[in-house]
Amino acid sequence: MSILVDKNTRLLVQGITGNEGLFHTQQMLEYGTKVVAGTRPGKGGEWVLDGKVPVFDSCKAAVEATGANASIIFVAAAFAPDAIFEAADAGIPFIVCITEGVAVQDMMRVREYLDQKQVRLLGPNCPGLLTPGEAKVGIIPGNIAIPGDIGVVSRSGTLTYEVLYALKLVGMGATTCVGIGGDPINGTNFLDCLSMFEDDPRTEKVVMIGEIGGTDEEKAAQFIASKMTKPVVSFIAGQTAPPGKRMGHAGAIIEGGSGTAAEKVKALEAAGVKVAKHPEEIPSLLK
Amino acid sequence: MKLHEYQSKQLFAKYGIPIPKGRVAATATEARQIAEELGGRVVVKSQVLVGGRGKAGGIRLAKSAKEAEEVATQILGMEIKGLPVRKVLVDQAANIDKEIYLGITNDRAARRPVFMASAAGGVEIEEVARTNPEKIIKVHIDPLLGLRDYQARDIAIGIDLPKEYWKLFVDICRGLWRVYVECDATLAEINPLVIVKEKTLLALDGKMLLDDNALFRHPDLAEMRDVDEEASAETEARKYGLSFIKLDGNIGCMVNGAGLAMTTMDIIKLFGGEPANFLDIGGGAGADKVAAALRIILSDKNVKTIMFNVFGGITRCDEVAKGILAALKEVKLTIPMVVRLVGTNAEEGLRLLADAHMITAETLADAAKKSVAAAKA
Repeated sequence: MSILVDKNTRLLVQGITGNEGLFHTQQMLEYGTKVVAGTRPGKGGEWVLDGKVPVFDSCKAAVEATGANASIIFVAAAFAPDAIFEAADAGIPFIVCITEGVAVQDMMRVREYLDQKQVRLLGPNCPGLLTPGEAKVGIIPGNIAIPGDIGVVSRSGTLTYEVLYALKLVGMGATTCVGIGGDPINGTNFLDCLSMFEDDPRTEKVVMIGEIGGTDEEKAAQFIASKMTKPVVSFIAGQTAPPGKRMGHAGAIIEGGSGTAAEKVKALEAAGVKVAKHPEEIPSLLK
Repeated sequence: MKLHEYQSKQLFAKYGIPIPKGRVAATATEARQIAEELGGRVVVKSQVLVGGRGKAGGIRLAKSAKEAEEVATQILGMEIKGLPVRKVLVDQAANIDKEIYLGITNDRAARRPVFMASAAGGVEIEEVARTNPEKIIKVHIDPLLGLRDYQARDIAIGIDLPKEYWKLFVDICRGLWRVYVECDATLAEINPLVIVKEKTLLALDGKMLLDDNALFRHPDLAEMRDVDEEASAETEARKYGLSFIKLDGNIGCMVNGAGLAMTTMDIIKLFGGEPANFLDIGGGAGADKVAAALRIILSDKNVKTIMFNVFGGITRCDEVAKGILAALKEVKLTIPMVVRLVGTNAEEGLRLLADAHMITAETLADAAKKSVAAAKA
């Protein structure tokens, strides 16, 4: 078992003919993900990657022809909101947006629309997700994680890779690793993932990697205290971040004195979560 | 991106929000001329991108053009929170009856824009939020529908605005909503919005923050960026697509990925050191980017050592190592550098760097300890 994606996921790649799209489609295919279609307006009818994946002009055409049930977006930030709307209108229930730099007002409109249609979005500005041994939808390097019983959810990319790798070194593996992304307004949040991991029979423990900005970690702490039976280990990045500055991620900012790492650590510890002082401490806290 | 008060108010005026008559001046002589045109009684306001200008003496009333020149001379020589004042706004002084706060911002938790208003204007809204949170009226806006007039009226009623001002207030709310949407602002704030003796409303002060991610569709607004007010290293970093923030320590950090870059700073601190910066070199990390990052870090004379921390996922460590070697041909390194490469092709990467006199480390903790030791040596 796993959450969100597994070996039955039929994936559509939006922006498949670009450098990123092609490269990661290749990687996902090699991992065993069923990539059934790609889109690129104007290139419908072509095939990419030695005839492995057909290209369509629109999501609607791709879904009709292939029965795609998830989509991943590799288009530039200016066009990403439109790509999300298009996938949602084509009836795709799960959309992953890798693109970084989407305007925040666009995201508010996207989120409002998707909520009304009950479509789930992961990202934007995220590395996607990986169910080791089954499917990879995104850019998380497949070789750094092994199958196991730990659910991993994170706002970061390379920091998550660190954690997966540290787990692998001691023989620990993941059910699913979900990168929810570093933007202030995103599709899927910590709470959604914790709830799915709690319901997933294969997941025994959860690692949650947060960072400064917003109050999602605090909300997660409330959920953990009141609803979760599985142990959660956490790490919060940005202890030394100065207030008022965006630390790379659009959402990583301490605003009006709130969103500090100290507040988040305090809320999590109060909820019984073991919080690591640095990422390499995580495996020992899971034992 | 932050806009100056005068820039924000110019945008407000374009969207029909009434502002005082006035212009910006870079010299005291100009300030006097503007004051003369405005009839003498003016407010001279320093234009710097920090709060607390009034408390610092950067906003002052002048009763004549001559006094405006004197006041401008003083303000133009000031530094406010470390920023030198290069411009002043000279506005016609208003006869204030009452001050109101009105602003729109993104409510991250609600995932919607929110109008905020308070009858206690003129002070920072964060201050009101701390001391009298019940005095702030909040109205969330459906981002697909936009502001409806009844919502603006609800705000007017909520702050006990006298009826005769409702129509004008609704117009101002509409204007503020449009300027927020059409400029992709993350904050559009009028503080204070004042009722003046002449029985009308006027936006005396304005503040706007724009979404950097949306500037691609606003080239005109992007040009309004005041690079004089940024640390020059941050301007330089942006040119190379690097995300850089200067801090006060002495260990320079070069990392791929924002989360890992923050973690690198944190772990340096955890082991007794002080990070000199946040720097995310992003994916790829080719020679040109690494060289630019090295130059930016080394321009800070406090830096005693550099910690280079890369987790190779899609980015291959051997490519990164080649990037470092090529960059070092261009930028001469006179301080120790601790390198940690983990992930895809890490062994190959470390082998390439073996002859380059670098301190290598395997784990994050090990790299941090070695960096702290090198900085103290």
